[in-house]
Amino acid sequence: MDDQLYREIILDHYKNPRGHGVIEDADAEAEGMNPLCGDEVSIYVAFAEDGETIEDVKFSGRGCAISQAATSMLMEMAKGRTATEVATLPKDELLEEIGVPLQNNPTRLKCALLGLTTLKVALHKAKGTPLPEGLSGFDELELK
Amino acid sequence: MAVTVGPKLDAYTLRGDFPIFEHSVHGQPLSYLDSASSSQKPRQVLDAMREFYETSYANVHRGVYDLAERATARYEAAREKVRALINAPSTAEVIFTRNVTEGLNLVAYAWGLDNLGPGDVAVVTELEHHANFVPWQQIAKRTGAEFRVIGIDDAGELRLDGLEEIAKAGRVQVVAANLVSNTLGTINPIDRLTAWAHEQGAIMVVDAAQAVPHRRVDVQALGVDFLGFTSHKLCGPTGAGALYGRRELLERMSPFEMGGEMIRKVTIEETTWNDLPYKFEAGTPAFVEAYGMGAAIDYITEVGLEAIEEHEHDLVGRAIERLSELDWVTVYGPPPNRRAGIVSFNVEGVHPHDVAQILDSQGVCVRASHHCTQPLMRRLGVTATARASFYLYSIPEEIDRLIDGLHKVRKVFA
Repeated sequence: MDDQLYREIILDHYKNPRGHGVIEDADAEAEGMNPLCGDEVSIYVAFAEDGETIEDVKFSGRGCAISQAATSMLMEMAKGRTATEVATLPKDELLEEIGVPLQNNPTRLKCALLGLTTLKVALHKAKGTPLPEGLSGFDELELK
Repeated sequence: MAVTVGPKLDAYTLRGDFPIFEHSVHGQPLSYLDSASSSQKPRQVLDAMREFYETSYANVHRGVYDLAERATARYEAAREKVRALINAPSTAEVIFTRNVTEGLNLVAYAWGLDNLGPGDVAVVTELEHHANFVPWQQIAKRTGAEFRVIGIDDAGELRLDGLEEIAKAGRVQVVAANLVSNTLGTINPIDRLTAWAHEQGAIMVVDAAQAVPHRRVDVQALGVDFLGFTSHKLCGPTGAGALYGRRELLERMSPFEMGGEMIRKVTIEETTWNDLPYKFEAGTPAFVEAYGMGAAIDYITEVGLEAIEEHEHDLVGRAIERLSELDWVTVYGPPPNRRAGIVSFNVEGVHPHDVAQILDSQGVCVRASHHCTQPLMRRLGVTATARASFYLYSIPEEIDRLIDGLHKVRKVFA
């Protein structure tokens, strides 16, 4: 099973994460945590002049190969899209991109979706877009 | 440390008592290295519980009919087994709980709320499981008491030289510590901590979840005031645990939960409480599980706690030796001669989740998490570790498979 899980593309994104870093004075940001392992990811968004298109998006933090690779892929997917598009991005679209079987592994599914959830929370805080379904791992304070 | 008093245990033979080892995982033999989370169950315990349900089941207490009397007698016989295991003076001081967490919360609420206030200090250690950390942190906040933490050194051992400074924070009223760290396997000097606590006029509360299943624990010899442990880590079922409490303290405390067997008399105006230990057992208890815990105590006692301790000591020594040969693996915690059968480690450049996932495909079960010790993780400078832990059924071949698996991890992430 690990051979399927640790495909070349996952390991590539893990070792060479795209969009890794911090955006100073970001227009939107949020910090997510996987309560299971204590992993944290922070996501920073800068909007284009229209205030809606995601011009740049970066992430920092540390985590397992699945969470880091998934977040790295997400950065590539989100760039250039609008806040509303990303806020309503179905998680299956990201999972398809990741392309490894996680259906029977709810624990690792949480790892894979940590970045997406955190990005949606960041957009919610900045733009009032809808929160993702089944939100967990965020303090209530964080959402205010 | 591990003193040889009896014959060594034969883990290969004991494994025959555990049906789980007849099963394979991903086509590989099961290497179960997660007993610090929960232990596997021998047939003797499973049979005892089944026999209870099939022949003697009815609710305990207040039953007049024979079946209820028999069920009650079994429940109380289990209490005596718990008492004998930890050498408590009386069964009145043995409270059945759901688990250690509930037992420790019982003390924090039922004792802490009435005995802590401004100027008082609650003390825990940096090695604590959240269950013995957070209740005291929160009760201190609610009562206005100070909260202090005994730090550790780089080997993961308590820095007792910091006690003097802690005592300056106010009147130390409670010291809470685990006997064995669930993350590092550190064996804490509970005798010295207890002596210090009592010098301060404080009570000593001990989380013995990782100790009672693996070594002889004597509450009178330790002199502690409260000590909790759980059934599912000592070959027994989930849902049962026990809390020892010193009688004078239990008598002065208000109940934790109310209703059921803990009641003596209720009127519209007033309620009085049942005698110990029932005052702290509200509602129908998990009495079949308590009985199963009794059967598990029989099982580990028959194997011999000294033999179990020695066996695990051998294994952890072997594991640390093999892990230390890998210069891409970091091992956390004290040297083998000062630790129980638990070893936390990390593989360079690989997250413990990924380590555990790849090990799983080799049939090797280790935990990858913060192990409910987030302050300790912060102290170690990590968010999580992989952890291997041993019990009476663990065999050296499982360590070999762990090491083989780690080489595979290294290969995948090369």
